Amino acid sequence: MTAAARLPQPPAVRAVLTRHRLRPIEALPWVCAIAVYYAFPDYLALGGQILVMTLFVLSLDLVLGYAGIVTLGHAAFFGTGAYVAGILAVRGWAEPLSGLVAAGAAAGIVGFLTGLVVLRTRGLTLLMVTLVVTQMLQEAANKLGWLTGGADGLQGITIPPVLGLFRFDMFGRTAYLYGLAALFIGWVVARTIVHSPFGRSLTGIRENVTRMQAIGSPVFRRKLAVYVVSAALAGIAGAVLTQTTQFVGLQVLGFEMSAVVIIMLILGGIGRLYGAFIGAPLYMIAQDQLAKDDPANWLFWIGLFLLLVVLFARGGVLGLADRILPRLRKGGDGG
Amino acid sequence: MAEAALETVALCKSFGALPVARNIDFRLPVGARHALIGPNGAGKTTFINLVTGRLMPSSGRILLGGADVTSLAPEGRVKRGIGRTFQINALFNRLTVLENVLLAVGERHGVAGDMLRPAGARRAVIAEAYALLERLALADDAGRLVRELPYGRQRLVEIAIALGLEPRVLLLDEPAAGVAAAETGLILDIIENLPSDIAVLIIEHDMDLVFRVAQRITVLVQGAVLVEGSPAEIAADERVQEVYLGKDSHG
Amino acid sequence: MDSALSTLISIAFHGVAYAMVLYLISVGLSVTMGLMGFVNLAHGAFAMAGGYLALTLMNRAGVPFFAALALAFLIVGLAGAAIERTLYARLYNAPELDQVLFSVALIFMAVASAKFAWGPLALPVPLPDYLRGQVDLAGHPFPTYRSFLILAGGVIVLAVWLGLERTRFGAQIRAAVDNRRMAAAIGVNTSLLFTCTFAFGSGLAALGGALGADILAIDPTYAQSHLVFFLIVVSVGGLGSIRGPFFAALLLGITDTACKYLIPEFGAFFIYAATLAVLMWRPNGLFGRAA
Repeated sequence: MTAAARLPQPPAVRAVLTRHRLRPIEALPWVCAIAVYYAFPDYLALGGQILVMTLFVLSLDLVLGYAGIVTLGHAAFFGTGAYVAGILAVRGWAEPLSGLVAAGAAAGIVGFLTGLVVLRTRGLTLLMVTLVVTQMLQEAANKLGWLTGGADGLQGITIPPVLGLFRFDMFGRTAYLYGLAALFIGWVVARTIVHSPFGRSLTGIRENVTRMQAIGSPVFRRKLAVYVVSAALAGIAGAVLTQTTQFVGLQVLGFEMSAVVIIMLILGGIGRLYGAFIGAPLYMIAQDQLAKDDPANWLFWIGLFLLLVVLFARGGVLGLADRILPRLRKGGDGG
Repeated sequence: MAEAALETVALCKSFGALPVARNIDFRLPVGARHALIGPNGAGKTTFINLVTGRLMPSSGRILLGGADVTSLAPEGRVKRGIGRTFQINALFNRLTVLENVLLAVGERHGVAGDMLRPAGARRAVIAEAYALLERLALADDAGRLVRELPYGRQRLVEIAIALGLEPRVLLLDEPAAGVAAAETGLILDIIENLPSDIAVLIIEHDMDLVFRVAQRITVLVQGAVLVEGSPAEIAADERVQEVYLGKDSHG
Repeated sequence: MDSALSTLISIAFHGVAYAMVLYLISVGLSVTMGLMGFVNLAHGAFAMAGGYLALTLMNRAGVPFFAALALAFLIVGLAGAAIERTLYARLYNAPELDQVLFSVALIFMAVASAKFAWGPLALPVPLPDYLRGQVDLAGHPFPTYRSFLILAGGVIVLAVWLGLERTRFGAQIRAAVDNRRMAAAIGVNTSLLFTCTFAFGSGLAALGGALGADILAIDPTYAQSHLVFFLIVVSVGGLGSIRGPFFAALLLGITDTACKYLIPEFGAFFIYAATLAVLMWRPNGLFGRAA
């Protein structure tokens, strides 16, 4: 306590002391999300899917952006959550909230078990292992037709009202708010973690594993912990998708799913907590507008765009903002 | 005989057929100022890596404060009071100087695994880290990213991180390597002003620095201890002169 | 008993043919990833390009089978060199994530371009008459084309191995995979070496894609859907190794064929499980150098 009382507060210290405090701008995503609900009632189905993807991207940011684990298999957890929620609903456990919890727990368990293997490797081997795990799950979902519906997807999912009160309506209103609530909880979890000492140590692991070991950090355990939390959040995102669209298909476990979620994160900005809130909506809205008529060409343009981002605009939208805003301000001061 | 902060008994390590540590018996008393010197490739950094647990010995034992830590993982040894710096900077380049030290202090306080409370609420940890920066004359750079600092300042951050662990045994792997002569003095001051209960083992090529800091010197050649003695004894030793003057250029 | 034996022979035969295709496509990937440390997920796109090119030359322009193969090898090799110089070379020292994103971007563009140019369906494979039908070996009928595939694959593999053992270029590659900095220090022009290796690897992939169109059908999703198998060959074979992937390809080809014959209800599940087990046991692959 005495040490704390004597703590001098130059800017560097103040930055550390106050970084976790809520800033007004952090309300922006939520204000926007609620504004969309009232302003675009016709687009709530798309909006609901955007919220799901935002949560999925947010979960990836913990692993990729903060802990620096380059994975090509995050769809494994999204897909696990999606299938668990779907299978539970079809088999008579349709209550959505407990389904969500069960899906998150299942994905977390998959995260734990695969993390034991994945996180002992690095580089190409790590990429391979994450990729192979996902392919294995997809093949299992494909071949266990009696359980998963196989290649046709799992149909006949009906979800009773949330808390017995809010029916999933045909306009997607309940679905949207349900997704928003899940995202909000996911955001609280992710934000708490990011600003905790644990979250700081993840950035340490990302920056320099050797040094982390030399300061006595149990690196593997930390990585495993964040991997499990992230997997659970991704699983919840998948479950929300299943419950609100009342369908699960094999694509939730696909390579493209893992790739797209990375692209969304890169697009928004990696390791920044809010990259997900920019990347996912941007990607989904662009896809909705551009890919309607011609999904193949959409893939081409997103590829080209990604190429340009990698070559010229690392840091994504938030990174660009970081670089441009100070210049604008400086320009303003000068003039 | 004073208690040993660090001791190795018949420590051996080979990479395949190549022995890099041969039967090293080494003893670092509490509060010692000890230098490990030897020509390039003598196995000095290997020795440090063995002691810190980055490498596992082929045979032999390592004791920290009398306790056998030979089979302990690196992080376990840190908890037992071992701290090190790296020959080539191993820092968190995209974090600020203060954050670099905070990570070390946080680990030592045992709070680094906490997922719930904000790091910014740990005022004791922050106060301690900042006080350490003040002690090392790094406070002015506290808010700068490490990668923006000149190399000499980064070397200080290396030491600051190690000191953030409050080690009982501090291993300094060429702390002045790559540092301009003008700044070497600062590093020297820091080493000389370390608390007297820390046992310091320093690997260094800069012989001025070695002879100013060290009370005792061990000479390592081809993975084996050639001789150990006081600076005066080492300076007078013919074998050492042969090893160094015969082919050395590090001065 | 007799039918069991003939099943086994059949599995081995088709498995080896498949393995040849996998190896031809993947060997370049192994060398370039080992040499340049580049995580190139888009390697399959070169195989796909080779397949499309060769089949189109045969289908539309009436180019003979062997000439089409040679052209595919040459053109895709040259294109590989151009792409390596203009794009890949910029990212050799980039973080792994950037390399992953870059190659994913290439995959997406390849998939979209192929669909745009050739439509979503797999292309028909026009085999010359002398490669159709069956040949009889020791009383057992074998499809002529697959027999040719094994033979041709074997010849190419031997040529590649001998080339790497006996030529100066090969020696340089082996030296650079071993220790890039050392190779550069003794005067190997690594940048040129990278380009040549990349071009050669792309050409071989194109050849593999074209020769193997009968087994791995040439459709737009090729680069993506077979990616995992190519990567399995490389990672189980051992990154940077030239012979390792051959044995890995044999293992994978025969096992996968056996699984499809004997337990089709499990699909490729066991292949993936086995790969995981291998990588857990030996993260650097079965035939790679120890950590």
